[in-house]
Formats: sequence, structure tokens, C-alpha cells
Amino acid sequence: MNINNFLSDIDLIYPEIILVSTLIVILLYDLIFTKNKRLLPFFSLSGIFIATLFTILNFGKNEFAFGYGSNNYLLSIDDFSNFFKLIILISSFIIIHFSILSNEIKICIDRHGEYYTLLFGMMAGMFFLVSANDLIVIYVSIEILSLSSYVLAGFVKTSLRNSEASLKYVIYGGVSSGIMIFGMSLIYGMTGSTNLAEINSILKVTALSDITFLTSILMVLAGIGFKISIVPFHFWTPDVYEGAPIPITAYLSVASKAAGFAVLIRFIKIMFLSGITNNEYWVLFPIIDWRSLLVIFSIITMTLGNLSALWQDNLKRMLAYSSIAHAGYILLGLAVLSNQGLTAVLIYFIIYLFMNLGAFLVLMLIANEINSEDIDDYKGLGYSLPFLSAMLSIFLISLVGLPPTAGFIAKLYLFIALVDAKMIVVAVIALLNTVLSLYYYIRVLKNLYLSKPNERYIKIKNTSLSYPLVFILGTPVFVFGLYFTPITDLAKYSLKILGI
Amino acid sequence: MTVGLTHFLVVSTLLFSMGLYAIITRKNAILVLMGIELILNSANINFVAFSRFGNFGYSGHLVALFVIVLAAAEAAIALAIVLNIYKNMSTVNVDEIDNLRD
Repeated sequence: MNINNFLSDIDLIYPEIILVSTLIVILLYDLIFTKNKRLLPFFSLSGIFIATLFTILNFGKNEFAFGYGSNNYLLSIDDFSNFFKLIILISSFIIIHFSILSNEIKICIDRHGEYYTLLFGMMAGMFFLVSANDLIVIYVSIEILSLSSYVLAGFVKTSLRNSEASLKYVIYGGVSSGIMIFGMSLIYGMTGSTNLAEINSILKVTALSDITFLTSILMVLAGIGFKISIVPFHFWTPDVYEGAPIPITAYLSVASKAAGFAVLIRFIKIMFLSGITNNEYWVLFPIIDWRSLLVIFSIITMTLGNLSALWQDNLKRMLAYSSIAHAGYILLGLAVLSNQGLTAVLIYFIIYLFMNLGAFLVLMLIANEINSEDIDDYKGLGYSLPFLSAMLSIFLISLVGLPPTAGFIAKLYLFIALVDAKMIVVAVIALLNTVLSLYYYIRVLKNLYLSKPNERYIKIKNTSLSYPLVFILGTPVFVFGLYFTPITDLAKYSLKILGI
Repeated sequence: MTVGLTHFLVVSTLLFSMGLYAIITRKNAILVLMGIELILNSANINFVAFSRFGNFGYSGHLVALFVIVLAAAEAAIALAIVLNIYKNMSTVNVDEIDNLRD
């Protein structure tokens, strides 16, 4: 390894370095100034801000970093990974504001240093995950991400449901990452390499299409599928989402899922791409019928997610199932196996970020007021908490995908990609699923506005501090629904994946 | 008879299956975690054996080192979580810890 190469590679990972240094600063500050915790969110926000600047500067560079052997690289800093880094940074920025407002987090003021340290641990893990170009990096960064999130899911130690959520998360997560590393060991044994691009070039020469190789790939997909919670690896999702503190639930449902999708797309595209057809569809190695595999997974995921959401009484648990269903829609964009489908996935993620975080934010603010997440307790809230209820309705309508909200644009691009790929039947099934999802989102709206209020009438307290944040999340949901050129341009600009 | 790659693969597959069996059948959270450790170690055996018999250089050994470190970190965190569960619920039986469900 050449020391000059090493130094120029360091230049490429400034965002990661900033995040890890912020983590250390927060940890040291927490150890030295044990009394004053008020500055911790400020440190976190400034760390995120500087990391965002460096990520934006990295756009357009498209270089590999940290080479070893003959032309193998551990990380690829391309526009695709920078896009997902931006998604992660924006959601972290919002989540830190979430945490300042959350009653659950506020009561453990003496452990706030730990909280922000672990959040930055998650961020660092996700950053390496989205640009990972090697099986080892994928495994290590998934573990860094998971280990921090296991602890955060059970952050309030005295809360029963927090502890149960973190136990379930650690058991399911440990099993799935164990299966994933076993699959990786088999892939290593059959190809002799852990580098995605090198495995691709080996597969070009020797066609490995036996059942062993297929099994090992499915094992790795199980580990990644756990992160993005697609059926049948979704069992942890409702329990952990319901049990964990709301800021962490929101973070898991957006940032962690985005990182999982980034690594899934990179894994499939870099490792198995053998060529591109004239009309720009990816041709993958015929180890399995990739499109059918992905379509089956996504249809099962969205149908089961939507069906289970129908009979949930807890809004947080309902949103957990709705996030499973959304993972199904997003996977459908990947199943198109073209750059058009990939664009749809990226657009979906930008919009999903705002609408899902918004729904969780309003859920948290209402839970702060009425101490309940039960949909039946929302009866008549439209009159006692008019602003929050109106915003919740907007976010839920956007999650259904009705115009003029941004959710419609996300679904529109997805369906256009499906129809262009002549997957009409799949598009119809997805459309029917959207209709199905309308029922359970509208049920909340019905309780808000059309039901008689509960006897205990809720006094409106002054929550003006949280209004700006609700506006920050609500504005894009409206604006992108009407004027979506910027996000489609950004998504089309970020398609570059290095490595073939 | 010399010990070859096949023997190592048989041992690692056995370990993997025993780990999965333990995860599925055991009720005690600690024993489930032990099953996870078995799976991780079976992957380690695979990596080192492939690296040694396949002449792939030392990359397999390196991965095994990473896995060992992460397995230790995971065990530490998982045990802390189980300890916290025991403090709250006075049980570590995973079947009894099911307040969150449909």
C-alpha cells in the first residue's frame, strides 16, 4: 500500500471522519462535564452540519478508496452513496430535534451523552454501509449499525416495553447477521474473494450457478432483508417499532432502511451485473430469475404489511406495518432492474423521508399531550388539537399516495417504471395494495374528525416550540407534490454506481 | 488419512445446524445467544479453512479476526440487554417476554 494513495483516500472520507470525531467529542464532553447536558444536541447538530457540507462537496467525485491487492477497493465514494448519505444526514438532523422534544428521552437526562454517542455510532455504521464495496465492510458496518441500534431501542432502561423491544431486536438481529456471515463465508470459499467487483469478474469467467452458490446468496440476502424488514425477515419490525422510543422508531424506519436498501442495490448490481441491454435494462447472471425473486418478495411484503396493518389499534404499530408495506413498494422499484427503476427508488426515498418522519413526529407530539398511541384515544382530537391533527392527516394521506401530496409523485414514478418494463400485472397488484392501505390510514382520520370526543377533553397546551419542525417536514410533502423537478433531477444525477 | 477441506466444512456445517437448533428450541435467552455464537464460529471455521486450503492468501484469516471481535462486542451488548430484562421482569424466558404482540 502506498502512503500517498492512503492520504488521498483519507480526503474522500471526510464526512465519516467528521462523524466519528463528533462521537468522540460528545463522549469526552459527557465524561468531563457530567452536570451540563444542554450543549450535547448543539454539538450533534453542528457535527451533522459539517458532515453535510463535506458530503455535498463529494458529489461528482466518483472515486474508489482504500485499495488492496490488484485493483480491489473497500469503499466506493460515488454519487449513489453520497445521495444515501444525504438522506441519512437529513433524517439524523430531524431525529435530533425529535429527541429534544420527546418526553421519553427527556426523563433520562443524565444519560443523554450515551444517547447522542450511540446515534453517531449508528450514523457512522450507515455511512460505511452505503459505500461498502466489499463483503467484510458490509458485515462490519451492518454490525456497527446494529449494535448501536440494539442499545438505543432499549434506551429507557426502566420501561418494560423498551427492554422487550431491545431483547427481541438483539436476538433476531444476531441470528440474521450470523446467517449472513455464514453465507459470506460460502461465497468466499467458492470465489476466493470478498470484493464485490472481483467476484463479478470471477463470475464472468466461471459460471457458478449451482444450488450451493444460490443458497449462500440467499443467506446474505436474509441478513440485508432483515435490515430493510421485508417478509419473511420482518418479525422483529412491529415489536421493535412499537417498543422502542419514538425518535428511534422513526430513525430505524427511515435511515436504517435507506442504508439497507443502498447496500442491497449495490450488492445485486455490482456482484451480478453481466451487461446492459439496448433499452437499458440490467442483465444479471442467471443464477436465479432475479426479477421474479424480487417481485415475489416485494408483493408478499406489501400485501402482508398492508393486511396486518388493517387490524392494529396502536398507531405506532400500524405505522410499523405501513413501513413494511412501503419497503415492498421500494423493492418493486429495484425489481424493474433498470436505471429508471432505480430513479424511482431514489425519488421514493426522498419523499418517504419527509412523510414518514412527519407522521412519527406528530404521533410523538400527540403522545406527549395525551400519553397514548391508541387510535381509539384519538377520537375528536381534530377539534382539541387542530394543527397537529391536520398535519397528521396530511402525512397519512401522503403515505397512501393521494394527490396533491408528494406521496403521489413517489408512487407515480414507481408505476411508470413498472409499466415501462411491461410488468402490468405487478403494477395492478401494487395499485390494489394502495387501495387496501387507504382503509387503515383513513380510519385514523375518521377518528380524528368524525367521532365524538372522549369524555376527558384535552386542554390545548402551548406546543409552539415544535411547530417549526412540523412545518419543516410538512412543507416538502406539499411542495414536492406540486413541484418535483428538483428531486427527480437529484435522483437522476445520483444514479452513478462505481464498480463494474 | 489426512484432514482436508471437507472435514472442516462438515464440522462447520454441524456447528451451524446446532446453533440454529439451539436458537429455535431453547427458551432461555442466554442459550439462544449461545446458539448465535455457534453460528458465528462456524462461519469463522469456514473462512479459515477456505483460506488455508484454497490458497486465497490471508484474507480469510482477516475476516475471521473481524468476526471474533464483533462477536465479542455483540455478546457484551446482548448480555447487558438480558440483564436489564431480568431486572425488569425477573425472567429470561423468551416465551414469557411477549407483552408486545398483535
